[in-house]
Amino acid sequence: MSGTFVGMPAFPVAAHDAVRNETLRGNLRHATHTIRAKRAKAVAEVSDWAELREAGKRIKDHTLFHLDRYLVQLEEAVTAAGGTVHWAADADEANRIVVQLVKETGESEVVKVKSMATQEIGLNEALEEEGIRAYETDLAELIVQLGKDRPSHILVPAIHRNRGEIREIFTREMSEWGRPAPEGLTDTPAELAEAARLHLREKFLRAKVGVSGANFMIAETGTLVVVESEGNGRMCLTLPETLISVVGIEKILPTWRDLEVFLQTLPRSSTAERMNPYTSMWTGTTDEDGPQNFHLVLLDNGRTDTLADEVGRQALRCIRCSACLNVCPVYERAGGHAYGSVYPGPIGAILSPQLRGTASEIDASLPYASSLCGACYEVCPVAIDIPEVLVHLRERIVEGGQVTREGNKVILKPAKGHAAERAAMRAARWAFGRPGALRTGQRLASRTRRFHPRTLPGPGRAWSESRDLPTLPAEPFRDWWQRTQGGNTDKGAAK
Amino acid sequence: MSSRERILGRVRRALADVPQDDTSYEQAVPREYLREHGDRSVEQTVDLLAENLADYRALVHRTDAEELPNLIMRLLAQRGSQSVLVPPELPPEWMSAAGPTRVHDRAASTPHELDKVESVITGCAIAIAETGTIVLDGSPDQGRRRITLVPDHHICVVRVPDQVVSSVPQALERLDPTRPLTWISGPSATSDIELDRVEGVHGPRTLEVVLVSGRASAEENA
Amino acid sequence: MRVALFLTCVNDTLYPDTGRAVVKLLTRLGVEVDFPMAQTCCGQAHYNTGYRHEAEPLARHFSDVFGEYEAIVTPSGSCGAMVRELYPRMGERARAEGRGDSLATTLAPVVPKTYELTEFLVDVLGVTDVGAYYPHTVTYHPTCHGLRSLGLGDRPRKLLQSVKGLELVELPGADECCGFGGTFALKNPDVSAAMGTDKVRNAESTGAEVLCAADNSCLMHIGGTMTRLGTGIRPVHIAEILASTEEEPAA
Repeated sequence: MSGTFVGMPAFPVAAHDAVRNETLRGNLRHATHTIRAKRAKAVAEVSDWAELREAGKRIKDHTLFHLDRYLVQLEEAVTAAGGTVHWAADADEANRIVVQLVKETGESEVVKVKSMATQEIGLNEALEEEGIRAYETDLAELIVQLGKDRPSHILVPAIHRNRGEIREIFTREMSEWGRPAPEGLTDTPAELAEAARLHLREKFLRAKVGVSGANFMIAETGTLVVVESEGNGRMCLTLPETLISVVGIEKILPTWRDLEVFLQTLPRSSTAERMNPYTSMWTGTTDEDGPQNFHLVLLDNGRTDTLADEVGRQALRCIRCSACLNVCPVYERAGGHAYGSVYPGPIGAILSPQLRGTASEIDASLPYASSLCGACYEVCPVAIDIPEVLVHLRERIVEGGQVTREGNKVILKPAKGHAAERAAMRAARWAFGRPGALRTGQRLASRTRRFHPRTLPGPGRAWSESRDLPTLPAEPFRDWWQRTQGGNTDKGAAK
Repeated sequence: MSSRERILGRVRRALADVPQDDTSYEQAVPREYLREHGDRSVEQTVDLLAENLADYRALVHRTDAEELPNLIMRLLAQRGSQSVLVPPELPPEWMSAAGPTRVHDRAASTPHELDKVESVITGCAIAIAETGTIVLDGSPDQGRRRITLVPDHHICVVRVPDQVVSSVPQALERLDPTRPLTWISGPSATSDIELDRVEGVHGPRTLEVVLVSGRASAEENA
Repeated sequence: MRVALFLTCVNDTLYPDTGRAVVKLLTRLGVEVDFPMAQTCCGQAHYNTGYRHEAEPLARHFSDVFGEYEAIVTPSGSCGAMVRELYPRMGERARAEGRGDSLATTLAPVVPKTYELTEFLVDVLGVTDVGAYYPHTVTYHPTCHGLRSLGLGDRPRKLLQSVKGLELVELPGADECCGFGGTFALKNPDVSAAMGTDKVRNAESTGAEVLCAADNSCLMHIGGTMTRLGTGIRPVHIAEILASTEEEPAA
């Protein structure tokens, strides 16, 4: 069983260790910088990127604004095509549905395609409790599962591991789960991929039940789309007799044609490819081709609560490309685990506190896990203004206010931990509302400047532990301006 | 209350602030992006397909209808394949010169049986030049999805220029969403180790695409 | 042309030299500069920390103080972005909260006429050679809000390239945030410091004597990191470089 995120400390605490872990920093720097340059090149190749981005944003917004209609349409289309649709209001319900469906097949193992939704609900753990073993088949997910680790990236959950560490995990753990790693396995990526191929093949060939998510669901046709690279997706989607897909309700697109936007923007944003190696599209069931039993579990689990927030709902446009993670300077240094969620990075910092609420320490700290540099917004293929949502969530934490939790409107109180900050902000606002008061403060500071330390005690230590303070000038600008009548009589600055 | 009603109710309440808008979907979304990138002749489009397929490590061959059987024979021989999966309506002349045992695509075959077959040969529904993609739709010359997945060597024949489109938007126009579709862009690959691309994981590790021009398509149209 | 200098509270209090440099530079270019004494703070720190409602009176005050001027010039990318990008958003949010158009209407006049300094020089005055002299090797760090919110593009670089005696060297990873981020520097000190250190190491690798930016808040963080790490490179605001002349060279 892979580790969980329950009881995570606040982001700054988790990040404290991560920034000091030289191996982790090196792994992340290498991987994110590699993909950054590639993505930029893949995006520059299409001259209409801005138009594709705008269309993607508008399609998603339109869908979200008519989500009830499209959900019903999708349900009809999937049912007509031979599938069965289930609705799950939360993680527990989704897990119960999947467990029940697997039990009905009489099987005790399932093969899984990488899916954020099933990680979000902790499906593997729920299956394990019922004696059903779930095999992750994506290479990175396999690394995480074998290493009893947690995912740290949306696209590449084992991004925090380098090839040497992966070799070590394979050599040590594969025999526990099935076919052992080949003798003398080296750390070349091709050999590691080959080891995964051999290890998983026996599982694919015997599997009777596959579990997946989906990148897109088409309301008008009932088609589901899975975008992948390795072929593990195709294995899970076509070899088993039963296929269970757990998909967030925001993954809908109204029409078949809408794919023309996202099949151009998603691969270039995520793996920086013109097109990913494999994309599977299926509509219900097909006679004598692929699974003859298809179940679609539509998952809410906080999505409708997010939808209720006028500013925050744009997070539901996300297509999980992970471009925002790859350009984020905070992610690069803190690593994915610090975000305490299967959704790390900038998108995680706005998604987790909305899907889960801000009651826990980690969720309340995520909106602050950003310098608001805006690199995430710039690369987002559906133009989610992540800094805008971060600031909005900060406001909700410090000011409280109305939010929706499990479909009910509740009033949040201002968070307790921010009382001193709130008082300081009010005091500053008071002073800034009165130029005279500001000036008195400035002068006092300047006149006592020789007594100012270069480092600070208390909360100020957060600054002065790693940075010197600026020296205060002899006089603030406004005094100089007044003294010299706008510089006209300047005889040099006061000393 | 069922979860279905609960979720739909939550959605409707969540959208209470959104003003009623009767704009049709076509009007609500501006689609100012291009239908295809660049201005190319038919031949240039086929060249681009070949170039992009090769860029993602597919092995690309160009031939005409007359030479096709010999080429297929050579490719299978070079690979040393003893057996080859064939979909039910693969044009018989494609395999007329080939030696290996033909294994027919049958519903009753188990995955383990398929795993013993070395190669598979299929046609395709369309190919997309800008992305270097071939699309299979399960037609009788392509067979069930799994036959192009389990064997380690896939030879896919594309009739050029008839089956070639420039772009993703053009591809979607020509595809039928009710069919099971598999889009293939190069052999199986992964970027999961240090975000570096490595070819060859679970799907066929060798993808050979044969671009065949000439008589075969003319005959078919006739 | 008569413009108002919106110096920002940080520059007024901590970096008066930058203010003096802006006055000197604009005056030299024939612009009449006024410093409205009633100015205080644009409210950016409040807004970005989640205190939007505390920021509103500051924004109204800003509009009262600067509303009548033809143009408002500020030597800060992030405070410029606050006015240009976030004041309209504050107005929209107030409207969405059912508080009417009053805030939006009050703030609207200052939005289009607020310019970051390099923008004002290149777009309004139409100059890239401001007659400056600065005989040093300089590397330029484009600060995030200048780069992404205001879209300053190559304006600062063009201005620097025209400075006599100045050798401009490219900063590796220039587009990456320095790690300041206002209260981020205090709330996430470890990550902020790690980002600052990387920025400084990159600057050091250029061999430049000076790291230049158009925002003193970022320079305060970068500079504080530089002295702590004991590097030879020093932070200088672009206004001070552009104000420097052969007759009156900057220190």
